[in-house]
Amino acid sequence: MSDATMDASLNGPEPTQLKTADGLPLKAALAKSQLRAKRRAFLLVAPLFLFVLITFVVPIGQMLLQSVYNDGFSKNAPALGQWFNEHPLGSPIDESAYTALASDLKQMKENRTQGEAGTRINYDVAGTRSLFTSTARKIERLEPPWKESILGVNEGWSDPNLWRAMRSASSPYTVDFYLAATDHTRDKDNNIVPVDPQRAIYGKLFIRTAILSLVITVLCMFLAFPIAHLLASLPLAKSNLLMIFVLLPFWTSLLVRTTSWMVLLQQQGVINDLLVWSGLIGNDNRLEMMYNQTGTIVAMTHILLPFMVLPLYSVMRTIPPSYVRAARSLGATSWTAFRRIYLPQTLPGIGAGALLVFILSVGYYITPALVGGADGQLISNMIAFHMQKSLNWSLAAALASMLLGGVIILYWLYDRLVGIDNMKLG
Amino acid sequence: MNNAASDDGFVVFDRVQKSYDGETLVVKDLNLSIGKGEFLTMLGPSGSGKTTCLMMLAGFETATNGEIRLDGQNINMVPPHKRGIGMVFQNYALFPHMTVGENLAFPLEVRGMGKDERETKVKRALDMVQMGSFIHRRPAQLSGGQQQRIALARALVFDPELVLMDEPLGALDKQLREHMQFEIKHLHESLGITVVYVTHDQGEALTMSDRVAVFNDGRIQQLAPPDELYERPQNSFVAQFIGENNKLPGRVETLNGDTCTVRLETGEIIDATAVNIREAGQETLVSIRPERVEFKPEMMPSGAHTINADVLEVIYMGDILRTRMKVAGSPEFVMKSRNTLDQVRLTEGQTVKIGWHPQDARALDL
Repeated sequence: MSDATMDASLNGPEPTQLKTADGLPLKAALAKSQLRAKRRAFLLVAPLFLFVLITFVVPIGQMLLQSVYNDGFSKNAPALGQWFNEHPLGSPIDESAYTALASDLKQMKENRTQGEAGTRINYDVAGTRSLFTSTARKIERLEPPWKESILGVNEGWSDPNLWRAMRSASSPYTVDFYLAATDHTRDKDNNIVPVDPQRAIYGKLFIRTAILSLVITVLCMFLAFPIAHLLASLPLAKSNLLMIFVLLPFWTSLLVRTTSWMVLLQQQGVINDLLVWSGLIGNDNRLEMMYNQTGTIVAMTHILLPFMVLPLYSVMRTIPPSYVRAARSLGATSWTAFRRIYLPQTLPGIGAGALLVFILSVGYYITPALVGGADGQLISNMIAFHMQKSLNWSLAAALASMLLGGVIILYWLYDRLVGIDNMKLG
Repeated sequence: MNNAASDDGFVVFDRVQKSYDGETLVVKDLNLSIGKGEFLTMLGPSGSGKTTCLMMLAGFETATNGEIRLDGQNINMVPPHKRGIGMVFQNYALFPHMTVGENLAFPLEVRGMGKDERETKVKRALDMVQMGSFIHRRPAQLSGGQQQRIALARALVFDPELVLMDEPLGALDKQLREHMQFEIKHLHESLGITVVYVTHDQGEALTMSDRVAVFNDGRIQQLAPPDELYERPQNSFVAQFIGENNKLPGRVETLNGDTCTVRLETGEIIDATAVNIREAGQETLVSIRPERVEFKPEMMPSGAHTINADVLEVIYMGDILRTRMKVAGSPEFVMKSRNTLDQVRLTEGQTVKIGWHPQDARALDL
């Protein structure tokens, strides 16, 4: 009997579909038996999942959206939007356009949104916000023909560049903020052109951020390598003590650490005082080590050093000393043994540490803000500026998205070159 | 055989001492001379100083006092990479980021050897350990036994005259270990190299070595060929450490040249060979190998003293029968007899008279 059923299942029409003793498909039975465990596992991770969703995924999505979406003008100027739709680029700005403008300005005055609309246009053409507010204030008293009377209030409305900007802003979706973030703008014919070199700041800032981060990463690498090696080769009791010194900065407030660097580095600070006291430099030419790039580099290297030490240490600890011994017994000098045997095996640690330090420093904000001065500002300080001062959130979002994109590209490159699986973070 | 104190050895340890902390000596006054082409094993429990000796020879530790000579040259101050000694490590230490071929080429490369010559030598060394087809594999893709062979080939590829092995077979399973023992032995014989081998496995030491140095407490307890070590241990540590061993404590009753009689603590008298006995009345520990114990009167020499034994347990081990019995108050006395067709099988609770040839019972110091 059992032989017969076995034969049937072996030679059946669907030999791939296995069944349980009760005749249920095996896969369905397996899923059913695992359902409970899966549900419980999901419930356990659900709080974290929700937390990450609410505090991470949603804000980043919002930011990405903000960088290409701004309805400050479009939602307040429906009539102009319609006019722009009916009249393609290059149409003369005639009475009908001014009629639409007047209607929108009246609407804005009623809703008190002329400032919001003006701000959006002001991002594109500087100094135009007041045009909106001043004209909206007087719009009640104006009479048709609209072109004449509006131009009578302010000649500025005749600027073709302003009309180009309004046409562009009449759609809430735009890449203009990315153009601005890459130091580009549009001329009156809507062609993409680089901005005036004197106003081109973001490109330089991105490059400076990359260079400073690279310098900091390299410095961290050279400083961390010997420490990590020492940590990995000392007996446990001693290495634990040393590890506390490495981790001590972690337990101190970032602000305290940065301020203590200010105490050390400023012109009337400890280091300068010592140098003057020892006679190495004169009192008149004290070194400027703060409020410039030096300050940013020194303070950030110190703050980010543990992020390089820890991955390096965790990799070095797993390299048995017998490798170097074997290399030495095979005839290699200590330098060759280091270069050919030890160093290649620490690469996953160097890679992980460098990636970590670079990504952290690319987005670093507080230290450059405090000790960087004008010279040592990084791109994140500019993002903060647009978030807090100029209130151009869309531009801030565009800058931040570019930063995020750059980091993702780096991560991808690292994965291609070294492999994320090889990364050891401690 | 080389005398430990002579100077004509290929490798000579001359009054070598080693201390790590300046308070205790890990190696105490080591004098050892190893002949060219010899296979010498340093055997001992962990902490006995054997690995320290090997590391001093390889150059990874410096001798605190004394001189180590290689081929007549004092090498105390020679750094490891200039000693030209091949070494096989406990966990192989194959470079994980290099292929097998690159691992083997490494010692040749650092010696500045040309590419063609390197390839020939690597191929020859790999063929020697029957691993020729694995040249492009990474160490992680090999089994333990295969890694062991590669490590061996790497230590031999630059034609060193002296090869050190630090418990090289410790990580392998029993069968593979026994197989590799013979392979290493054959390589040693065919290449004519000198091998210094460190192990804590006495079976390994006995099968492979020309001579074995038994280490304990920083000293060589006995330096002898395997058969001599097993059959004629010089002291109770060696007797204890090498092979299974029955020990009967007692006092020397009469001493007559090489032979003596010993009165056990329970009053019985047994025959023994005096090994390091100075006078009658001295406390002693008599050591007898389990396979040399007899219970059939016709197998014992005439006039030999016999002693009563209560059979406690008979364990069937296939090729032998292991009988645990109570002798002179001690329940740990073991007798091994061959499992032959006509073998008499003892049963639990039985009392028999056992004896042995006086040569096989060795009265040692305590």
